[in-house]
Amino acid sequence: MQVLYGRHHVRVFRFGLRLVRDEQVAEDLISEVFLDVWRQAGKFEGRSAVSTWLLAITRFKALSALRRRKDGELDDEAANAIEDTSDDPEVAVQKKDTSVALRKCLTALSPEHREIVDLVYYHEKSVEEVAEIVGIPENTVKTRLFYARKKLADLLTAAGIERGWP
Amino acid sequence: MMAASKKMLDQEPSEIELLLPWHAAGTLNARDARRVDEALAHDPELARQYAVIREEYAETIALNESLGAPSARAMAKLFAAIDGEPARGPSVSLNFSARIAEFFAGLSPRTLAWSASLGALALLLQAGVIGAVLMKNQTSSFQTASLSTNAPITRDLGAAGTPPYALVRFAPEARIADITALLDSYQATVTDGAKGGMFRLQFGNRAMSKDEVAGLMSRLQREKLVSLAVAAP
Repeated sequence: MQVLYGRHHVRVFRFGLRLVRDEQVAEDLISEVFLDVWRQAGKFEGRSAVSTWLLAITRFKALSALRRRKDGELDDEAANAIEDTSDDPEVAVQKKDTSVALRKCLTALSPEHREIVDLVYYHEKSVEEVAEIVGIPENTVKTRLFYARKKLADLLTAAGIERGWP
Repeated sequence: MMAASKKMLDQEPSEIELLLPWHAAGTLNARDARRVDEALAHDPELARQYAVIREEYAETIALNESLGAPSARAMAKLFAAIDGEPARGPSVSLNFSARIAEFFAGLSPRTLAWSASLGALALLLQAGVIGAVLMKNQTSSFQTASLSTNAPITRDLGAAGTPPYALVRFAPEARIADITALLDSYQATVTDGAKGGMFRLQFGNRAMSKDEVAGLMSRLQREKLVSLAVAAP
């Protein structure tokens, strides 16, 4: 278990943190995820990579944690996200720093779009693996990432940054 | 080809276009990767979009890497919870072994299960050898900072606060020479070990911020010789 934890806990933590946006909750999340793995180890059939299995459990736990939050807190979070998109990229543009603005806009994407961008780019998951983790058809995985990227482009355009696409 | 990529701006995206992010991440199968490469070579619009995707790819990685690592609290909480799990077999240790064996057997073919067993054996041997070296050879690079007679005195005078510590387990295949080089490159010394195969390391002589420690742990965790690294108080 220590080896498994050592190999995967940082990525599991980061995936969870991007979804729940709270370090404390994300840390609690990884304890829960690996405890579940410990309890269900016998059920793992080896048909997918261990990391795919872990990320699927993490996603489920993260969504449950988000659901446990009160509606008011969710509204606050949504408001903060909107604030992110309007204010911070402007500051970034003043600094003429596309890189900073891009990161701010990546943070401002909806949870649905954030998770698919992270799974493909950071966790390097294939179409099939993302479909397994998120629980959607492979074609939906492809189109969802396409529209996440379009949304990202819209946010950047709103912040005054044109990148030549779309 | 160009018509295909232009069409997507106001209509549905083409199949090749949808695959571009996976091509950037290197996770396409050989057949699809070849199809995308051919399309990119002939379609400047598609190539321009691919350049944008490469930028998104790099920034997504940078953003995630900037998130740091969890504290040792998460690991302590996990293993405390595991210790608190009810024993279901004849004994706790047997139950533990049975679960681990069942788990790793499910991960891969039989050959990998054999490799895992050999790896565990190698880890025990490695821990024994390193322990013996630590006990016998006080002048080796595993020597603790407090025992060093060659260290310049300014190093101690300049030290401020408590330097970071970590519990580290080395990969079963790690050789002593490799571990020595790794410790040198991190200015690390072994301060305790090997309890349960874990070594307690001290990094340098100065205190570090939380972010610096997180970055250090993250870097350490990526080392091939390290199978587990967590910050320790």
